[in-house]
Amino acid sequence: MRRWAFVILIFALSIAGPVRAVQPDEVLKDATLEARARNLSRELRCMVCQNQSIDDSEAPLARDLRLLVRERLTKGDSDQQVLDFLVARYGEFVLLKPPFERHTLLLWGLPPLVLMGGLLGLWMRARRHSSPHQAPDALSEEEQRRLSTLVDPAARDH
Amino acid sequence: MEQAPFEGRDLNPILQDIGLAIHPPLLYLGYVGFSIAFSFAIAALIEGRIDAAWARWVRPWTLAAWMFLTAGIAMGSYWAYYELGWGGFWFWDPVENASLMPWLAGTALLHSAVVMEKRNALKIWTLLLAILAFSLSLIGTFLVRSGVLTSVHTFANDPARGVFILAILVVFIGGGLALFAWRAPLLKQGGLFAPISREGALVLNNLFLTTACLTVLVGTLYPLALEALTGEKISVGAPFFNLTFAPLFIPLMFAMPFGPLMAWKRGDILGAAQRLTVAFGAGIVAVAATFAVASQGSAWLAPFGIGLAFFVMMGAVTDIVERVGLFREPLSTVRRRGSGLPRSVWGTALAHFGVGVTLLGIVSVATWASERIVALKPSQTISLAGYDLTFDGLAQRAGPNYREAVARFTVREAGIPVGLMEPSKRDFASRTTTTTEAALMTRGVSQLYLSLGDTSGDGSISVRLYYKPNVLLIWLGAVAMAIGGGLSLSDRRLRVGAPKPAAKPAMLPAE
Repeated sequence: MRRWAFVILIFALSIAGPVRAVQPDEVLKDATLEARARNLSRELRCMVCQNQSIDDSEAPLARDLRLLVRERLTKGDSDQQVLDFLVARYGEFVLLKPPFERHTLLLWGLPPLVLMGGLLGLWMRARRHSSPHQAPDALSEEEQRRLSTLVDPAARDH
Repeated sequence: MEQAPFEGRDLNPILQDIGLAIHPPLLYLGYVGFSIAFSFAIAALIEGRIDAAWARWVRPWTLAAWMFLTAGIAMGSYWAYYELGWGGFWFWDPVENASLMPWLAGTALLHSAVVMEKRNALKIWTLLLAILAFSLSLIGTFLVRSGVLTSVHTFANDPARGVFILAILVVFIGGGLALFAWRAPLLKQGGLFAPISREGALVLNNLFLTTACLTVLVGTLYPLALEALTGEKISVGAPFFNLTFAPLFIPLMFAMPFGPLMAWKRGDILGAAQRLTVAFGAGIVAVAATFAVASQGSAWLAPFGIGLAFFVMMGAVTDIVERVGLFREPLSTVRRRGSGLPRSVWGTALAHFGVGVTLLGIVSVATWASERIVALKPSQTISLAGYDLTFDGLAQRAGPNYREAVARFTVREAGIPVGLMEPSKRDFASRTTTTTEAALMTRGVSQLYLSLGDTSGDGSISVRLYYKPNVLLIWLGAVAMAIGGGLSLSDRRLRVGAPKPAAKPAMLPAE
């Protein structure tokens, strides 16, 4: 029964339902400020939802956060100040793009590292193959003799 | 559950849709298809023998799986676009990532298998990709169905099933990779090539695709691993993937038209560039035109994205034009060469063209999509991107298992009515949930997208109206890719026991 309760809970949570996201009454009069607010909203996670930004989510918490972002912006905060404020309040979990820090080193670093490593590997391989080292060694005396017997049937008689 | 309930709760309303019904089977055909490539790889490792014939056997299976996966991803993306109600086509959701990873690995596999078939090179790498493509499908299944990750797509999951999938995963991936580590060094490598060659181009393609695949994998699993190890919770979402994917895909797409124009073994990059002059020209004209038209301070990256898309599309056309000798040879020669061209060449060109088309759609939507969010009363009008929508009023309608409130809008372009849009809100009694059904109007390859919000006491209703320029190109490009795969699949050399084309029709059977 507990298992079913869990399944039903997941179902209940997963019903996206009517997705309304930003409501008309939230929109700021100042167009540039509103554009900034929208851009910030896309970078912020709705923490009670299943992997949605507050810009996409219709959850009440997302609405509260959207209003909060707009309130901070109208008070004259810079984008970074708004983000810092929210991180201080809710932790780094709220950011959809984690900052580049020690604990995210691998996350940000691995893709470029692999790409660079791959390119370096290919470059070294290409250099190795194009070096004069690749030229075949000269034939030994024995090989030379066998070759001449093959090429010149008359030599076979010797 | 001891007693079955009298009446069930129905399927989740947002899943009651034909687009949903189609895309998972397509995706599963893709995932399952990779199991055949995986089996071939395991067989090759056990036998310790691998050659060009192996690549030829694997190719049709990989192509078929890849085709279905491409079509499935595109269908799923379109379903999310019109059903989830906010007009996004890709959310970098774990479930989407789960399908994207095998797709990236599968695309890499398709390309490296070509090198193996034609040049007997990259054998070990191809084996590894065959193992990885299927492993990533399994990892995707685990991530999606075990409930370890939260996603907007988690419609049914169950931790007990997760443990079972995990066991399968360990056996297949662990076993496959262990066998690979043990046997692969014993396989003979063959086929040398210069770095500037078709092989070289395909190796570069593989490097970028696998790095992209790794990026998705790391981005999807990192929060999970970090939380398990340190307890810290972080989110990795769309902004991260958008930022990391662009630098990987831009060089890949730029290099793409060069690949088919280079010779095997030792290519001529200047020659290829020369033959791509027209494509370069098309790209530059597109950049300039975009700068001229879109003066309203849009992102400076957009014109280059459009230019790149045109370069890719024209590059694919150039490949065919060069091969058949169009504009150089008499028309009869062109026709003869065209019909003699293997279908896989047409398939390659079409699929590569499709990549350009998709890119064009993505860049257009990302840059020039516009939206209005307003509260409207009946007979009021909103305007967006040259269209005027008048709200005529609300009406009630009954559906098979729901009641819906339909809002009717008349759409006018420059004063002339061009149609009706009827977004609605549906009430599903059995689940006591409401869904919004967006209304879409297609204008050329662009769309108007209208979805409803709340009604308020004064009789007004909040609406979100989007204009999505060139949005259909995103999926049309994917369809072109899938059809390209199909063309390639129907190539004569992949047909079992297909005889050489006879000059005259064979003898007619006795009647």
